[in-house]
Amino acid sequence: MTAIPLRPPRRLVDLTLDGEPVRAPEGSTLLDACRAAGKDVPTLCQGDTLTPKNACRVCVVEVEGSRTLAPACSRRVEPGMEVRTDTERARHSRKVVLELLASSTDLSTTPGAAEWIEEYGAEPDRFGAEAARVAEEPKVDNDLYVRDYSKCVLCYKCVDACGEQWQNTFAIAVAGRGFDARISTEHDAPLTDSACVYCGNCVEVCPTGALSFKTEFDMRAAGTWDESAQTETTTVCAYCGVGCNLTLHVQDNEIVKVTSPHDNPVTHGNLCIKGRFGYQHVQNHAQNQD
Amino acid sequence: MDLRFGDSKPTDEERAAVDALLGPPASAWEGADDRTDTDLRWARGGREARERRDLLLPGLHALNDRVGWISEGGLAYLCRRLTVPPAEGYGVATFYAMFAVKPRPATVVHVCTDLACAARGSARVCTKIERDLGPAGSAGSGAVWQPSPCLGLCERAPAALVIRAGEAPRTAVVAPATAEAVADAATAPHEAAAEPQAAAAAPQARTPAAQPAQAGTSAALPAPTPAPRPSRASGQASGQASGQASGQASGQTANAVARTGSSAPGSALAAPEAGRDGLVLLRRVGVVDPGSLDDYRAHGGYAALRRAFALGPAGVIREVTEAGLVGRGGAAFPTGRKWAATAQQPDHPHYLVCNADESEPGTFKDRVLMEGDPYALVEAMTIAGYATGAHRGYLYLRGEYPRALRRLRTAIDRARARGLLGEDVMGQGFAFDIEIRRGAGAYICGEETAIFNSIEGRRGEPRSKPPFPVEKGLFGKPTAVNNVETLVNVLPILIEGAQGYARTGTSASTGTKLFCVSGTVARPGVYELPFGATLRELLELAGPPKTLRAVLLGGAAGAFVRPDELDVPLTFEGTRAAGATLGSGVVLVLDDSVELPRVLLRIAEFFRDESCGQCVPCRVGTVRQEEALHRIKDLTGDAAAGDIALLREVGRAMRDASICGLGQTAWNAVESAIDRLGAFK
Repeated sequence: MTAIPLRPPRRLVDLTLDGEPVRAPEGSTLLDACRAAGKDVPTLCQGDTLTPKNACRVCVVEVEGSRTLAPACSRRVEPGMEVRTDTERARHSRKVVLELLASSTDLSTTPGAAEWIEEYGAEPDRFGAEAARVAEEPKVDNDLYVRDYSKCVLCYKCVDACGEQWQNTFAIAVAGRGFDARISTEHDAPLTDSACVYCGNCVEVCPTGALSFKTEFDMRAAGTWDESAQTETTTVCAYCGVGCNLTLHVQDNEIVKVTSPHDNPVTHGNLCIKGRFGYQHVQNHAQNQD
Repeated sequence: MDLRFGDSKPTDEERAAVDALLGPPASAWEGADDRTDTDLRWARGGREARERRDLLLPGLHALNDRVGWISEGGLAYLCRRLTVPPAEGYGVATFYAMFAVKPRPATVVHVCTDLACAARGSARVCTKIERDLGPAGSAGSGAVWQPSPCLGLCERAPAALVIRAGEAPRTAVVAPATAEAVADAATAPHEAAAEPQAAAAAPQARTPAAQPAQAGTSAALPAPTPAPRPSRASGQASGQASGQASGQASGQTANAVARTGSSAPGSALAAPEAGRDGLVLLRRVGVVDPGSLDDYRAHGGYAALRRAFALGPAGVIREVTEAGLVGRGGAAFPTGRKWAATAQQPDHPHYLVCNADESEPGTFKDRVLMEGDPYALVEAMTIAGYATGAHRGYLYLRGEYPRALRRLRTAIDRARARGLLGEDVMGQGFAFDIEIRRGAGAYICGEETAIFNSIEGRRGEPRSKPPFPVEKGLFGKPTAVNNVETLVNVLPILIEGAQGYARTGTSASTGTKLFCVSGTVARPGVYELPFGATLRELLELAGPPKTLRAVLLGGAAGAFVRPDELDVPLTFEGTRAAGATLGSGVVLVLDDSVELPRVLLRIAEFFRDESCGQCVPCRVGTVRQEEALHRIKDLTGDAAAGDIALLREVGRAMRDASICGLGQTAWNAVESAIDRLGAFK
């Protein structure tokens, strides 16, 4: 039986979305309203289990009467709002933001990026070959996960998941300023010297693959990572009595990564080190036993 | 919270610096060396400890002031004392340009290379300093130098600021700077020549030739009175104030006398040229002794607060609203509306924040006000607190203003000692106190929500609005945040009444405005003019160059004006109609010797350096803008056209999609140079 949390009833707010009248529950965001109306807006720093930081600005929409564009992921609906999601102005900003991102960071493992770049006609190459990039070597400092900040778009999701929104570990934060800002431990120490507890919840929320499981990182390097050949099986973690759901991603009869369903009322997508990384015993083959 | 502090230990010096601010640690949980049996049974801390998070920035200052940089051990100890995760502490420390997390010499020389200083030869100074001290950032001969964004000393450009860490940290301002003077100040900052009086920056102010009263009082400056909460005040005030105030103040007077006697022919005469002696905001600058409360009262001080108590909070807001006062920080929002909205919030407590993080390149008016008439700001903040129902005011002062810091500390301490701040202000049953918070080198912290994050001990990143500060501001509570000049305007409003005040200026821009004139003019400085005067009139006062190339109005976030547009009225509506902005009152004058592409490149560099990095359009857009301007710095016409089109596209996205005003305005000046001045044509 799944527990369905009851929320107090919410009033509906009337607004206009691309000329069509729609109703959205009070307190919901423009993005919620868009999605309910079947319109999608690209998002990077928005996550279904986190409060968005609205830092990436790819979800901007035009709100009548507002001097600047508004981030759909965090602007709340207001009665009488007139919102347009697909104007030239909004599309222009999205296009440029995608160009800025793709010209400075490696979006090759970002789901959706290639499609958006095509959809908006973005040309990341036009800033020239000399354009500054976030040039960072992948940080491989532990056996469980890898941090490749050349793929990081600074969406703050990992920081929020590590910190006050989920894990309360605060092992990482944003350090530096401007283009030199990076996600970092204190004094850029290796994770093994930090407060990290290897829950992997930062990996769970990373939208670009900057954070990835060591298994995935190695398989990508070896060219064997193939998502189309993977099956997903959701089960219950056997380590303790909480009853977290685990989704096992299996390729060639090997568990290659473990996630948790974001809509699960127990985990909200979060796990601990045991559920996330403690699966080796399942595939403790003879060849691994030396 | 699951905090892990690592093994690095603070040195005795670092521990002493932090303990001077926070008091000794209460238990081993807070970093005390000896662990008692009680500690093992009872973990103190929790919410109470975390609520002191806002002391992180003062703590970082304490470490940096003592040893010149922030070590792993020092940071870990500070974080342990305040229950701040070390990763977050590191993130905050690396946000500010005045802090270093790598070892460096105790003496750091900041040499301004920004617009006004560049127009007056800072590049030459830098080349020479490079020869003396080695390349920027490298530690040669016990001092390290670094190029700095605008230091707010534009009237004496080029400028440098020397900061020497130690038990009694020293600062010296060298302006106008020569490489020799900078080198001397770097070796012995305590012997550096004193700064001229604040009034020297305000050419209209009447500087009396001799000021016996000031010599008497300031030489006898006592150490600041201890604040009621010793843990906070002592650490901030220790060393800097007491050691320096007396020595420097007496030197200052001598210097001021010398200056008025000889070197500044136009400075005292500018006001008569204007044909009026009715200065309003500057009327006490150079006239009163900035250290003396009695002198301030003798010149009309605290009459406005008395009137405020007679009117009541609603009456004050009504006067301010009817006077038509709008914010002078750049956004021009009606102050009365802001105050009314704050006052009526049911959530409590309310806070007042004075934004004295004056960092817009070319702006120095707030410094002149704070250095020349510090009690006026203290009084104005008290009135603002009374009107908005706030009992605590934070004065967020830019870290590069050591003299303003000393003067304001003295003013606040003396006002408190005389019952003009504290539990019962003027015996009226109103409690109000002011705490100074020093910035640490981040332009973005002058943004009205970034300032809250900075005070709260977080990275100075702007918050997204809504919610607006009047609803959820500092510590999530209703907050009125006002610029220094805005607040000081409240005094004449209350004294003259709304109608009397509004008689000056135009119907949409009432009162007077301070303009920071710098660049290639004969008499750079702060000028006070009634709204409605034209740019031409202002330039006539300051002595324009023979061949004017352009005027940058409103600072790096402002716009250029052509020589044939000098009749634009200096009002909010007038500049807006002309497609420019008053911004914070910057009037940077450039003659035809200036290479416009270099100026634009410097503006672009400034925004790239000062972007907080939170949102993509600004973080990457400012970099791309700089790259494009770099590519076309020697190009014109068709050769530049492609990059100009690129600049326009990036600029439009920055303006539309950035979170805060920094990104939204980062392309303004460049755009206006292309469109109005025909740069790159």
